[in-house]
Amino acid sequence: MMNNAAAVVIQDLKVVRGGTVVLPGLSVTIPRGRVVGLLGPSGSGKSTLLRAIVGVQKVAGGSVEVLGEPAGSAGLRRRVGYVTQAPSVYADLSVHENAAYFGGLVGAGAQAVESAIAAVDLGSYADRRVEKLSGGQRSRVSLAAALVGDPEVLILDEPTVGLDPVLRRDLWELFHRLAERGTSLLVSSHVMDEATRCHRLLLMRDGTLLADTTPEDLLRSTGTTDADAAFLALIDAAGGSR
Amino acid sequence: MNPRLTFLTAGRVLRQIRGDHRTVGLLLVVPCVLLGLLAWIFDGTPVFDRIGPALLGVFPFVVMFVVTSVATLRERTSGTLERLLAGPLGKADLMFGYALAFGLMAVVQALVATTFAVFVCGLDVAGPVWVLVVVAVLDAVLGTALGLLASAFAHTEFQAVQFMPAFILPQFLLCGLLVARDRLPDVLSAISDVLPLSYAVDAMSAVATSADALGDAATDMLVIAAWILAALVLGSLTLRRRTD
Repeated sequence: MMNNAAAVVIQDLKVVRGGTVVLPGLSVTIPRGRVVGLLGPSGSGKSTLLRAIVGVQKVAGGSVEVLGEPAGSAGLRRRVGYVTQAPSVYADLSVHENAAYFGGLVGAGAQAVESAIAAVDLGSYADRRVEKLSGGQRSRVSLAAALVGDPEVLILDEPTVGLDPVLRRDLWELFHRLAERGTSLLVSSHVMDEATRCHRLLLMRDGTLLADTTPEDLLRSTGTTDADAAFLALIDAAGGSR
Repeated sequence: MNPRLTFLTAGRVLRQIRGDHRTVGLLLVVPCVLLGLLAWIFDGTPVFDRIGPALLGVFPFVVMFVVTSVATLRERTSGTLERLLAGPLGKADLMFGYALAFGLMAVVQALVATTFAVFVCGLDVAGPVWVLVVVAVLDAVLGTALGLLASAFAHTEFQAVQFMPAFILPQFLLCGLLVARDRLPDVLSAISDVLPLSYAVDAMSAVATSADALGDAATDMLVIAAWILAALVLGSLTLRRRTD
């Protein structure tokens, strides 16, 4: 019952990379049809957690279930969209060619390609090669390449880095529109003020969850007025710097 | 394996190459320049007719090896490989997609190089010229397949480029161009019997000297095809969906 309502269920996930324990045993449930923010400083294990959910991370223990199936299983590959931190698209192809290729792989039609490009506001650059675009534009191409398949779960690793405030606002509005249509989004960020734009928040530090809460509850429980202060209050409550 | 995804990937790779005019130019012009130089060096001797066909097989093999290993390495370092493998694309779809795209490039390259060798450099072969083209294409696809395999072991561009001499030069030394393979020391001769480039050169030599080139080169071509398949399968086994 509980699991049917969840997009992702993680139990006691342990990840070791190069002899270092990155995630010592993390458990969390991510609801469907919501925008969930994964916040924490860089190096806190956010990307590793996202990679484990997508099923591209070697794990040392525990379980990760996405939409009721083990992460990375063949049945999930069309249903989960993943955007890496660095834009992973072909620099020597045009915006349209990239979206069409990644769309074609998941069976998306020409209409879906056009609307994915429009959703990230790159319609007027559709025929331009990605290498001629700015960094922020490139990361939007990478986002379009994931949107094109209209996945049920969308895993986004720092999608708003380097974007101007107007574009960031537009993208967050897009994320909320997708959630209203039933898409489950997990969006990582190290910019604390993006916390207020999420339905739910996961605060992460040193591979463990400091909080699994809502933006309102976070501020109320810590008696603070902004996310940065709330994060510091949580660290102090957890027992100082380490 | 899914043919639709394989063709989609081959089309994408071809689009990438098409956008890079200089690479297309180099792919087509370099073999011609080298063959022309060789014909000029041995002008007035029968040497060019003897080794020309073999080199017509070696050049596309080397060029495609380098181009492919760099292209796949780029796919790894840009993060697109991880993204592809997280999606529905199969490992074999990716490998055969690349092989198909570079195989098509090889057809064009072989047609241009063979035409140049025969009509401009005056290369004289006993067998039919079209067999020359077929073997040249097979050699190029072999280079692509081995390049895909080699790139699995390269983590940087420096390493990928050095795999060229590491993988190719020993095969070149032992393939029978410098010393006939049956006159090599026993151990080296045995080694040359398992290396794919030996069969590429043998097949080309058969076309050069025998009127029944297709019959004489058939076994060699089968061995090359087996190597292509083995390298592609091994290469796709080296791809990992889950990484550290």
